[in-house]
Amino acid sequence: MKKSKKNGADDRLTKRLLRLQVNGETKEVATEVSKTLLEVLREDLGLTGTKHGCELGECGTCAVLVDGEPVLSCLMLGIEAENTEIVTVEGMTQNGKPHPLQKAFADLGAAQCGYCIPGILLTAKALLDEKPYPTRDEIRQALAGNLCRCTGYTKILQAVELAAKEIP
Amino acid sequence: MLRLPEFNYIQPRTLREATKVLADLAPNAMLVAGGTDVYPKMKRGQFAPRHLVSLRGLRELKGIRQTKDGLWIGAGESLTAVSRHRVIAKRLPALAHAAESVSTPQLRNMGTIGGNVLVDTRCNYYDQTFFWRQAVGFCMKKDGQICLVAPGSEKCLAIASSDTAPVLVSLGADVILVSKQGERRVKLEELYRDDGIDYCAKSQDEVLKGLLIPKEALGLRNVYLKLRRRGSFDFPILGVAATMDLDNQGECRHARVVLTAVASAPKVVAEAATLLQGKKITKELIETVADAAAKISHPLDNADLDYWYRKRMAKVFTLRALAQLAGLELVA
Repeated sequence: MKKSKKNGADDRLTKRLLRLQVNGETKEVATEVSKTLLEVLREDLGLTGTKHGCELGECGTCAVLVDGEPVLSCLMLGIEAENTEIVTVEGMTQNGKPHPLQKAFADLGAAQCGYCIPGILLTAKALLDEKPYPTRDEIRQALAGNLCRCTGYTKILQAVELAAKEIP
Repeated sequence: MLRLPEFNYIQPRTLREATKVLADLAPNAMLVAGGTDVYPKMKRGQFAPRHLVSLRGLRELKGIRQTKDGLWIGAGESLTAVSRHRVIAKRLPALAHAAESVSTPQLRNMGTIGGNVLVDTRCNYYDQTFFWRQAVGFCMKKDGQICLVAPGSEKCLAIASSDTAPVLVSLGADVILVSKQGERRVKLEELYRDDGIDYCAKSQDEVLKGLLIPKEALGLRNVYLKLRRRGSFDFPILGVAATMDLDNQGECRHARVVLTAVASAPKVVAEAATLLQGKKITKELIETVADAAAKISHPLDNADLDYWYRKRMAKVFTLRALAQLAGLELVA
Protein backbone atom coordinates (compact mmCIF):
# COMPACT_ATOMS: atom_id res chain seq x y z
CA MET A 1 0.00 0.00 0.00
CA LYS A 2 2.96 2.26 0.52
CA LYS A 3 3.44 2.61 -3.20
CA SER A 4 -0.15 3.53 -3.89
CA LYS A 5 -0.08 6.05 -1.07
CA LYS A 6 2.72 7.78 -2.87
CA ASN A 7 0.58 7.92 -5.98
CA GLY A 8 -2.07 9.82 -4.14
CA ALA A 9 -4.00 6.79 -2.99
CA ASP A 10 -6.65 6.15 -0.44
CA ASP A 11 -8.17 9.57 -0.70
CA ARG A 12 -11.34 8.37 -2.33
CA LEU A 13 -13.49 11.15 -1.00
CA THR A 14 -11.03 13.96 -1.27
CA LYS A 15 -10.47 16.28 -4.16
CA ARG A 16 -7.34 16.55 -6.19
CA LEU A 17 -5.78 19.53 -7.86
CA LEU A 18 -5.82 19.09 -11.62
CA ARG A 19 -3.81 21.15 -14.04
CA LEU A 20 -5.44 21.15 -17.44
CA GLN A 21 -4.53 22.86 -20.71
CA VAL A 22 -7.89 23.90 -22.12
CA ASN A 23 -8.14 25.94 -25.32
CA GLY A 24 -4.60 27.18 -24.91
CA GLU A 25 -4.98 28.27 -21.30
CA THR A 26 -3.73 26.56 -18.16
CA LYS A 27 -6.56 25.92 -15.72
CA GLU A 28 -6.16 24.67 -12.19
CA VAL A 29 -9.14 23.06 -10.59
CA ALA A 30 -9.65 21.13 -7.36
CA THR A 31 -12.13 18.37 -8.07
CA GLU A 32 -13.10 14.76 -7.35
CA VAL A 33 -10.92 12.12 -8.97
CA SER A 34 -14.02 10.27 -10.14
CA LYS A 35 -15.19 13.16 -12.28
CA THR A 36 -15.06 12.67 -16.01
CA LEU A 37 -13.45 15.26 -18.23
CA LEU A 38 -16.98 16.16 -19.36
CA GLU A 39 -18.01 16.90 -15.79
CA VAL A 40 -14.86 18.87 -15.07
CA LEU A 41 -15.28 20.97 -18.22
CA ARG A 42 -18.95 21.70 -17.66
CA GLU A 43 -19.22 21.90 -13.89
CA ASP A 44 -15.84 23.09 -12.70
CA LEU A 45 -14.71 25.20 -15.63
CA GLY A 46 -18.10 26.42 -16.83
CA LEU A 47 -17.41 25.33 -20.40
CA THR A 48 -20.92 24.16 -21.18
CA GLY A 49 -20.37 24.08 -24.93
CA THR A 50 -19.44 20.41 -24.51
CA LYS A 51 -22.74 18.55 -24.22
CA HIS A 52 -23.65 15.50 -22.22
CA GLY A 53 -25.70 12.97 -24.10
CA CYS A 54 -25.76 9.26 -23.31
CA GLU A 55 -22.65 9.43 -21.12
CA LEU A 56 -21.89 5.86 -22.12
CA GLY A 57 -20.03 6.36 -25.40
CA GLU A 58 -23.00 5.74 -27.64
CA CYS A 59 -23.71 9.18 -29.13
CA GLY A 60 -20.57 11.32 -29.61
CA THR A 61 -21.96 14.67 -28.52
CA CYS A 62 -19.39 15.07 -25.73
CA ALA A 63 -16.45 14.72 -28.14
CA VAL A 64 -13.52 17.05 -27.49
CA LEU A 65 -10.01 17.13 -28.94
CA VAL A 66 -7.24 15.75 -26.78
CA ASP A 67 -3.86 16.33 -28.40
CA GLY A 68 -5.69 16.93 -31.65
CA GLU A 69 -7.61 13.66 -31.63
CA PRO A 70 -11.35 13.46 -31.06
CA VAL A 71 -12.18 11.49 -27.92
CA LEU A 72 -15.26 11.19 -25.75
CA SER A 73 -15.02 13.35 -22.66
CA CYS A 74 -17.69 11.26 -20.88
CA LEU A 75 -15.39 8.23 -20.85
CA MET A 76 -12.18 9.91 -19.78
CA LEU A 77 -11.37 11.15 -16.32
CA GLY A 78 -10.33 14.73 -15.80
CA ILE A 79 -7.16 13.42 -14.21
CA GLU A 80 -6.41 11.39 -17.34
CA ALA A 81 -6.43 14.57 -19.39
CA GLU A 82 -3.59 16.15 -17.44
CA ASN A 83 -0.51 16.87 -19.56
CA THR A 84 -2.57 16.98 -22.75
CA GLU A 85 -3.89 19.80 -24.92
CA ILE A 86 -7.67 19.92 -24.71
CA VAL A 87 -9.76 21.81 -27.25
CA THR A 88 -13.49 22.30 -26.72
CA VAL A 89 -15.97 23.97 -29.04
CA GLU A 90 -15.32 27.24 -27.19
CA GLY A 91 -11.75 27.06 -28.41
CA MET A 92 -12.62 26.79 -32.09
CA THR A 93 -13.03 30.48 -32.72
CA GLN A 94 -9.99 32.26 -34.08
CA ASN A 95 -9.46 35.91 -33.02
CA GLY A 96 -13.09 36.16 -32.05
CA LYS A 97 -14.24 34.95 -35.45
CA PRO A 98 -16.01 31.65 -35.97
CA HIS A 99 -14.01 28.78 -37.43
CA PRO A 100 -14.79 28.13 -41.13
CA LEU A 101 -16.60 24.96 -40.02
CA GLN A 102 -18.81 26.95 -37.66
CA LYS A 103 -19.55 29.46 -40.39
CA ALA A 104 -20.36 26.74 -42.92
CA PHE A 105 -22.69 24.98 -40.46
CA ALA A 106 -24.51 28.26 -39.81
CA ASP A 107 -24.67 29.25 -43.49
CA LEU A 108 -26.07 25.92 -44.60
CA GLY A 109 -28.38 25.39 -41.64
CA ALA A 110 -26.62 22.16 -40.82
CA ALA A 111 -27.71 22.36 -37.19
CA GLN A 112 -31.33 21.97 -36.20
CA CYS A 113 -31.59 21.58 -32.44
CA GLY A 114 -27.80 21.84 -32.31
CA TYR A 115 -27.15 19.45 -29.47
CA CYS A 116 -24.89 17.14 -31.47
CA ILE A 117 -23.04 19.98 -33.19
CA PRO A 118 -20.16 20.71 -30.76
CA GLY A 119 -19.01 17.09 -31.02
CA ILE A 120 -19.43 17.09 -34.78
CA LEU A 121 -17.58 20.39 -35.24
CA LEU A 122 -14.58 19.18 -33.26
CA THR A 123 -14.51 15.78 -34.92
CA ALA A 124 -14.71 17.45 -38.33
CA LYS A 125 -11.95 19.88 -37.31
CA ALA A 126 -9.66 16.99 -36.48
CA LEU A 127 -10.43 15.46 -39.87
CA LEU A 128 -9.71 18.69 -41.78
CA ASP A 129 -6.53 19.28 -39.79
CA GLU A 130 -5.29 15.87 -40.92
CA LYS A 131 -6.85 15.75 -44.40
CA PRO A 132 -7.63 19.20 -45.81
CA TYR A 133 -9.52 17.76 -48.80
CA PRO A 134 -11.49 14.75 -47.58
CA THR A 135 -13.85 12.82 -49.82
CA ARG A 136 -17.51 12.48 -48.91
CA ASP A 137 -16.78 8.95 -47.79
CA GLU A 138 -13.90 10.03 -45.55
CA ILE A 139 -16.17 12.61 -43.92
CA ARG A 140 -18.83 9.96 -43.32
CA GLN A 141 -16.22 7.64 -41.80
CA ALA A 142 -14.85 10.38 -39.56
CA LEU A 143 -18.32 11.36 -38.31
CA ALA A 144 -19.51 7.77 -37.90
CA GLY A 145 -19.43 8.19 -34.13
CA ASN A 146 -21.63 11.29 -33.94
CA LEU A 147 -25.37 10.80 -33.87
CA CYS A 148 -27.79 13.52 -34.98
CA ARG A 149 -31.43 12.82 -34.32
CA CYS A 150 -32.96 15.89 -36.01
CA THR A 151 -31.97 16.61 -39.55
CA GLY A 152 -30.28 13.62 -40.98
CA TYR A 153 -26.75 14.03 -42.10
CA THR A 154 -26.80 15.47 -45.61
CA LYS A 155 -26.40 19.10 -44.61
CA ILE A 156 -23.80 18.21 -42.04
CA LEU A 157 -21.72 16.47 -44.70
CA GLN A 158 -22.24 19.38 -47.11
CA ALA A 159 -21.16 21.86 -44.45
CA VAL A 160 -17.91 19.99 -43.83
CA GLU A 161 -17.26 19.96 -47.58
CA LEU A 162 -17.97 23.67 -47.80
CA ALA A 163 -15.65 24.42 -44.88
CA ALA A 164 -12.90 22.35 -46.51
CA LYS A 165 -13.14 24.64 -49.53
CA GLU A 166 -13.11 27.78 -47.36
CA ILE A 167 -10.05 26.89 -45.33
CA PRO A 168 -7.03 28.38 -47.10
CA MET B 1 -26.71 12.23 -14.95
CA LEU B 2 -24.91 8.93 -14.82
CA ARG B 3 -21.96 9.54 -12.57
CA LEU B 4 -19.05 7.33 -11.73
CA PRO B 5 -19.04 5.94 -8.21
CA GLU B 6 -16.15 6.92 -5.95
CA PHE B 7 -12.93 4.98 -6.40
CA ASN B 8 -9.28 5.25 -5.72
CA TYR B 9 -7.24 6.04 -8.83
CA ILE B 10 -3.68 4.80 -9.00
CA GLN B 11 -1.26 5.85 -11.74
CA PRO B 12 1.80 3.62 -11.74
CA ARG B 13 4.68 4.79 -13.88
CA THR B 14 6.21 1.44 -14.74
CA LEU B 15 4.87 -2.03 -15.41
CA ARG B 16 6.81 -3.30 -12.41
CA GLU B 17 5.11 -0.78 -10.17
CA ALA B 18 1.72 -1.68 -11.65
CA THR B 19 2.15 -5.39 -10.97
CA LYS B 20 3.28 -4.64 -7.42
CA VAL B 21 0.23 -2.47 -6.74
CA LEU B 22 -1.95 -5.14 -8.29
CA ALA B 23 -0.45 -7.90 -6.17
CA ASP B 24 -1.38 -5.88 -3.08
CA LEU B 25 -4.87 -4.90 -4.10
CA ALA B 26 -5.89 -7.57 -6.64
CA PRO B 27 -9.36 -8.67 -5.55
CA ASN B 28 -10.54 -5.09 -5.11
CA ALA B 29 -8.70 -3.56 -8.03
CA MET B 30 -9.41 -3.32 -11.73
CA LEU B 31 -7.13 -2.29 -14.53
CA VAL B 32 -8.10 0.55 -16.80
CA ALA B 33 -6.44 1.50 -20.08
CA GLY B 34 -8.69 3.27 -22.59
CA GLY B 35 -11.63 3.17 -20.20
CA THR B 36 -14.20 2.75 -22.97
CA ASP B 37 -15.62 -0.43 -21.47
CA VAL B 38 -14.70 0.08 -17.81
CA TYR B 39 -16.26 3.51 -17.29
CA PRO B 40 -19.67 2.84 -18.86
CA LYS B 41 -19.86 -0.34 -16.81
CA MET B 42 -18.95 1.49 -13.62
CA LYS B 43 -21.64 4.05 -14.38
CA ARG B 44 -24.17 1.27 -14.81
CA GLY B 45 -23.08 -0.56 -11.69
CA GLN B 46 -21.77 -3.62 -13.53
CA PHE B 47 -18.25 -3.03 -12.25
CA ALA B 48 -17.62 -1.64 -8.79
CA PRO B 49 -13.87 -1.66 -8.16
CA ARG B 50 -12.50 0.04 -5.06
CA HIS B 51 -9.22 0.76 -6.81
CA LEU B 52 -8.56 1.54 -10.45
CA VAL B 53 -5.03 0.94 -11.63
CA SER B 54 -4.31 2.95 -14.75
CA LEU B 55 -2.17 1.48 -17.51
CA ARG B 56 -2.02 4.73 -19.46
CA GLY B 57 1.44 5.80 -18.40
CA LEU B 58 3.17 2.48 -19.05
CA ARG B 59 5.68 2.65 -21.87
CA GLU B 60 6.20 -1.12 -21.71
CA LEU B 61 2.71 -1.54 -23.19
CA LYS B 62 3.42 0.66 -26.20
CA GLY B 63 4.84 0.02 -29.62
CA ILE B 64 4.14 -2.08 -32.71
CA ARG B 65 7.28 -3.57 -34.18
CA GLN B 66 8.62 -6.48 -36.16
CA THR B 67 10.93 -8.75 -34.18
CA LYS B 68 12.71 -11.94 -35.14
CA ASP B 69 9.72 -13.92 -33.79
CA GLY B 70 7.06 -11.96 -35.60
CA LEU B 71 4.99 -8.87 -35.01
CA TRP B 72 4.80 -7.45 -31.49
CA ILE B 73 1.79 -5.31 -30.63
CA GLY B 74 1.84 -3.54 -27.27
CA ALA B 75 -1.45 -3.99 -25.41
CA GLY B 76 -1.65 -0.26 -24.76
CA GLU B 77 -1.73 0.72 -28.43
CA SER B 78 -4.99 2.31 -29.50
CA LEU B 79 -7.26 0.56 -31.96
CA THR B 80 -6.71 3.50 -34.32
CA ALA B 81 -2.95 2.96 -34.17
CA VAL B 82 -3.36 -0.77 -34.84
CA SER B 83 -5.69 -0.28 -37.80
CA ARG B 84 -3.43 2.33 -39.38
CA HIS B 85 -0.09 0.64 -38.83
CA ARG B 86 1.71 0.14 -42.13
CA VAL B 87 2.65 -3.52 -41.71
CA ILE B 88 -0.74 -4.47 -40.27
CA ALA B 89 -2.68 -2.63 -42.98
CA LYS B 90 -0.59 -4.33 -45.66
CA ARG B 91 -0.04 -7.86 -44.37
CA LEU B 92 -2.91 -8.35 -41.93
CA PRO B 93 -5.92 -6.62 -43.48
CA ALA B 94 -8.18 -8.79 -41.31
CA LEU B 95 -6.70 -7.29 -38.15
CA ALA B 96 -6.73 -3.75 -39.55
CA HIS B 97 -10.36 -4.19 -40.52
CA ALA B 98 -11.34 -5.76 -37.20
CA ALA B 99 -9.71 -2.93 -35.25
CA GLU B 100 -11.27 -0.37 -37.55
CA SER B 101 -14.71 -1.88 -37.14
CA VAL B 102 -14.78 -1.54 -33.36
CA SER B 103 -17.33 1.03 -32.22
CA THR B 104 -16.63 4.59 -33.44
CA PRO B 105 -13.60 6.72 -34.41
CA GLN B 106 -13.59 8.55 -31.06
CA LEU B 107 -13.70 5.30 -29.10
CA ARG B 108 -10.96 3.76 -31.24
CA ASN B 109 -8.74 6.72 -30.39
CA MET B 110 -9.26 5.85 -26.72
CA GLY B 111 -9.74 2.08 -26.61
CA THR B 112 -6.72 -0.21 -26.71
CA ILE B 113 -6.09 -3.51 -28.45
CA GLY B 114 -5.44 -5.11 -25.05
CA GLY B 115 -8.78 -3.89 -23.80
CA ASN B 116 -10.53 -5.21 -26.88
CA VAL B 117 -8.95 -8.64 -26.54
CA LEU B 118 -10.05 -8.84 -22.90
CA VAL B 119 -13.37 -7.05 -23.34
CA ASP B 120 -16.18 -8.21 -21.08
CA THR B 121 -18.75 -10.61 -22.50
CA ARG B 122 -22.06 -9.03 -23.45
CA CYS B 123 -25.74 -9.79 -23.02
CA ASN B 124 -28.98 -7.84 -23.46
CA TYR B 125 -29.86 -8.62 -19.85
CA TYR B 126 -26.50 -7.51 -18.49
CA ASP B 127 -25.49 -4.43 -20.47
CA GLN B 128 -28.14 -2.22 -18.92
CA THR B 129 -28.31 0.42 -16.21
CA PHE B 130 -28.65 -0.61 -12.59
CA PHE B 131 -32.22 0.69 -12.65
CA TRP B 132 -33.13 -1.50 -15.62
CA ARG B 133 -31.49 -4.60 -14.20
CA GLN B 134 -33.15 -4.08 -10.85
CA ALA B 135 -36.57 -3.70 -12.49
CA VAL B 136 -36.24 -6.85 -14.60
CA GLY B 137 -34.50 -8.86 -11.91
CA PHE B 138 -30.75 -9.31 -11.73
CA CYS B 139 -29.00 -12.05 -13.68
CA MET B 140 -26.22 -14.36 -12.50
CA LYS B 141 -23.48 -12.31 -14.18
CA LYS B 142 -24.12 -9.44 -11.79
CA ASP B 143 -26.09 -9.35 -8.53
CA GLY B 144 -28.48 -12.22 -9.40
CA GLN B 145 -28.78 -16.01 -9.28
CA ILE B 146 -30.18 -17.18 -12.61
CA CYS B 147 -29.58 -16.66 -16.30
CA LEU B 148 -32.39 -14.60 -17.78
CA VAL B 149 -31.79 -15.82 -21.34
CA ALA B 150 -32.00 -19.49 -20.43
CA PRO B 151 -33.27 -19.83 -16.85
CA GLY B 152 -32.33 -23.52 -16.84
CA SER B 153 -28.72 -22.80 -17.71
CA GLU B 154 -26.10 -23.46 -15.06
CA LYS B 155 -23.63 -21.07 -16.60
CA CYS B 156 -23.80 -17.53 -17.84
CA LEU B 157 -24.38 -17.30 -21.59
CA ALA B 158 -23.08 -13.78 -22.23
CA ILE B 159 -21.40 -13.43 -25.62
CA ALA B 160 -17.73 -13.03 -26.56
CA SER B 161 -17.79 -9.64 -28.28
CA SER B 162 -14.25 -8.80 -29.30
CA ASP B 163 -13.58 -8.10 -32.97
CA THR B 164 -9.84 -8.43 -32.77
CA ALA B 165 -9.79 -11.65 -30.69
CA PRO B 166 -11.06 -14.02 -33.42
CA VAL B 167 -8.62 -12.51 -35.92
CA LEU B 168 -5.69 -12.83 -33.53
CA VAL B 169 -6.67 -16.43 -32.72
CA SER B 170 -6.88 -17.19 -36.44
CA LEU B 171 -3.35 -15.80 -36.79
CA GLY B 172 -2.08 -17.99 -33.93
CA ALA B 173 -1.13 -15.03 -31.72
CA ASP B 174 0.41 -15.41 -28.28
CA VAL B 175 -0.21 -13.11 -25.34
CA ILE B 176 2.37 -11.99 -22.81
CA LEU B 177 1.02 -11.72 -19.27
CA VAL B 178 3.03 -10.12 -16.51
CA SER B 179 2.55 -10.34 -12.76
CA LYS B 180 4.73 -9.68 -9.76
CA GLN B 181 5.92 -13.29 -10.06
CA GLY B 182 7.11 -12.82 -13.62
CA GLU B 183 6.12 -13.19 -17.21
CA ARG B 184 4.25 -15.97 -19.00
CA ARG B 185 3.48 -16.47 -22.64
CA VAL B 186 0.33 -18.33 -23.68
CA LYS B 187 -1.65 -18.97 -26.82
CA LEU B 188 -4.41 -16.41 -27.01
CA GLU B 189 -7.09 -19.04 -27.51
CA GLU B 190 -6.10 -20.65 -24.23
CA LEU B 191 -6.96 -17.42 -22.49
CA TYR B 192 -10.65 -17.82 -23.23
CA ARG B 193 -13.21 -19.99 -21.48
CA ASP B 194 -16.71 -20.70 -22.70
CA ASP B 195 -18.32 -19.18 -19.63
CA GLY B 196 -19.92 -15.74 -19.69
CA ILE B 197 -18.72 -14.85 -16.19
CA ASP B 198 -15.38 -16.59 -15.96
CA TYR B 199 -14.55 -15.91 -19.61
CA CYS B 200 -10.88 -15.13 -19.23
CA ALA B 201 -8.02 -17.14 -17.76
CA LYS B 202 -5.95 -14.04 -17.01
CA SER B 203 -5.59 -13.90 -13.25
CA GLN B 204 -6.51 -10.72 -11.44
CA ASP B 205 -2.95 -9.77 -10.62
CA GLU B 206 -1.74 -10.10 -14.22
CA VAL B 207 -1.33 -7.35 -16.77
CA LEU B 208 -1.62 -8.07 -20.48
CA LYS B 209 1.60 -6.62 -21.80
CA GLY B 210 1.24 -7.35 -25.47
CA LEU B 211 0.54 -9.73 -28.30
CA LEU B 212 2.91 -11.57 -30.55
CA ILE B 213 1.81 -12.62 -34.01
CA PRO B 214 4.13 -15.35 -35.33
CA LYS B 215 6.22 -14.54 -38.38
CA GLU B 216 4.59 -17.26 -40.51
CA ALA B 217 1.19 -15.66 -39.99
CA LEU B 218 2.31 -12.54 -41.81
CA GLY B 219 2.33 -14.56 -45.03
CA LEU B 220 -1.18 -15.98 -44.66
CA ARG B 221 -4.20 -14.80 -46.56
CA ASN B 222 -6.57 -13.38 -43.97
CA VAL B 223 -10.02 -11.85 -43.72
CA TYR B 224 -12.55 -10.76 -41.10
CA LEU B 225 -16.27 -10.39 -41.72
CA LYS B 226 -18.53 -8.76 -39.15
CA LEU B 227 -22.30 -8.79 -38.79
CA ARG B 228 -24.10 -5.96 -37.03
CA ARG B 229 -27.12 -3.75 -37.51
CA ARG B 230 -25.35 -0.42 -38.03
CA GLY B 231 -22.13 0.30 -39.87
CA SER B 232 -20.63 1.84 -36.74
CA PHE B 233 -21.08 1.79 -32.94
CA ASP B 234 -22.28 -1.82 -32.76
CA PHE B 235 -20.44 -4.75 -31.26
CA PRO B 236 -20.29 -7.83 -33.48
CA ILE B 237 -23.31 -10.12 -33.29
CA LEU B 238 -21.33 -12.48 -35.48
CA GLY B 239 -17.75 -12.30 -36.59
CA VAL B 240 -15.85 -14.71 -38.85
CA ALA B 241 -12.07 -14.59 -39.05
CA ALA B 242 -10.31 -16.85 -41.51
CA THR B 243 -6.72 -17.49 -42.56
CA MET B 244 -5.46 -19.61 -45.44
CA ASP B 245 -2.30 -20.55 -47.26
CA LEU B 246 -2.24 -22.09 -50.72
CA ASP B 247 0.81 -23.59 -52.45
CA ASN B 248 1.69 -22.99 -56.10
CA GLN B 249 -0.59 -25.79 -57.26
CA GLY B 250 -3.51 -24.23 -55.40
CA GLU B 251 -3.41 -26.89 -52.71
CA CYS B 252 -4.35 -25.73 -49.23
CA ARG B 253 -1.45 -25.81 -46.78
CA HIS B 254 -3.20 -24.09 -43.93
CA ALA B 255 -6.76 -23.06 -43.13
CA ARG B 256 -8.30 -21.73 -39.96
CA VAL B 257 -11.72 -20.31 -39.20
CA VAL B 258 -12.58 -18.63 -35.89
CA LEU B 259 -16.02 -17.34 -34.96
CA THR B 260 -16.97 -14.68 -32.46
CA ALA B 261 -20.28 -13.75 -30.84
CA VAL B 262 -21.60 -17.30 -31.15
CA ALA B 263 -20.60 -18.41 -27.64
CA SER B 264 -18.87 -16.99 -24.56
CA ALA B 265 -15.45 -17.56 -26.13
CA PRO B 266 -14.11 -17.31 -29.67
CA LYS B 267 -14.78 -20.66 -31.39
CA VAL B 268 -12.31 -22.42 -33.65
CA VAL B 269 -13.98 -24.38 -36.44
CA ALA B 270 -11.84 -27.51 -36.37
CA GLU B 271 -13.21 -28.75 -39.73
CA ALA B 272 -11.49 -25.91 -41.56
CA ALA B 273 -8.12 -27.53 -40.93
CA THR B 274 -9.20 -31.17 -41.13
CA LEU B 275 -11.24 -30.84 -44.31
CA LEU B 276 -9.27 -28.28 -46.28
CA GLN B 277 -5.60 -28.88 -45.56
CA GLY B 278 -3.84 -30.89 -48.24
CA LYS B 279 -6.66 -30.45 -50.73
CA LYS B 280 -7.60 -28.17 -53.57
CA ILE B 281 -10.30 -25.81 -52.33
CA THR B 282 -13.66 -26.39 -53.94
CA LYS B 283 -17.05 -24.87 -53.36
CA GLU B 284 -18.36 -28.17 -51.97
CA LEU B 285 -15.53 -28.38 -49.45
CA ILE B 286 -15.97 -24.88 -48.08
CA GLU B 287 -19.70 -25.46 -47.89
CA THR B 288 -19.07 -28.42 -45.61
CA VAL B 289 -16.83 -26.24 -43.43
CA ALA B 290 -19.51 -23.53 -43.40
CA ASP B 291 -22.11 -26.09 -42.26
CA ALA B 292 -19.76 -27.11 -39.46
CA ALA B 293 -19.37 -23.45 -38.46
CA ALA B 294 -23.13 -23.03 -38.22
CA LYS B 295 -23.36 -26.25 -36.22
CA ILE B 296 -21.05 -25.06 -33.46
CA SER B 297 -22.66 -21.61 -33.35
CA HIS B 298 -25.17 -21.21 -30.56
CA PRO B 299 -26.59 -17.73 -30.81
CA LEU B 300 -29.28 -17.01 -28.24
CA ASP B 301 -31.94 -14.38 -27.81
CA ASN B 302 -29.60 -12.04 -25.93
CA ALA B 303 -28.14 -9.84 -28.68
CA ASP B 304 -29.35 -7.74 -31.58
CA LEU B 305 -31.20 -9.37 -34.52
CA ASP B 306 -32.91 -12.78 -34.43
CA TYR B 307 -30.85 -15.67 -33.14
CA TRP B 308 -31.95 -18.04 -35.93
CA TYR B 309 -30.84 -15.45 -38.46
CA ARG B 310 -27.45 -15.11 -36.78
CA LYS B 311 -27.03 -18.89 -36.88
CA ARG B 312 -27.82 -18.94 -40.60
CA MET B 313 -25.41 -16.09 -41.18
CA ALA B 314 -22.63 -18.06 -39.47
CA LYS B 315 -22.78 -20.37 -42.47
CA VAL B 316 -23.09 -17.59 -45.03
CA PHE B 317 -20.23 -15.54 -43.58
CA THR B 318 -17.93 -18.57 -43.28
CA LEU B 319 -18.68 -19.43 -46.88
CA ARG B 320 -17.96 -15.89 -48.03
CA ALA B 321 -14.77 -15.63 -45.99
CA LEU B 322 -13.31 -18.89 -47.31
CA ALA B 323 -14.38 -18.20 -50.89
CA GLN B 324 -12.72 -14.80 -50.72
CA LEU B 325 -9.46 -16.28 -49.44
CA ALA B 326 -9.46 -19.09 -52.00
CA GLY B 327 -10.39 -16.75 -54.83
CA LEU B 328 -13.60 -18.67 -55.59
CA GLU B 329 -16.66 -17.05 -57.08
CA LEU B 330 -19.84 -17.73 -55.15
CA VAL B 331 -23.03 -17.68 -57.16
CA ALA B 332 -25.98 -16.91 -54.98
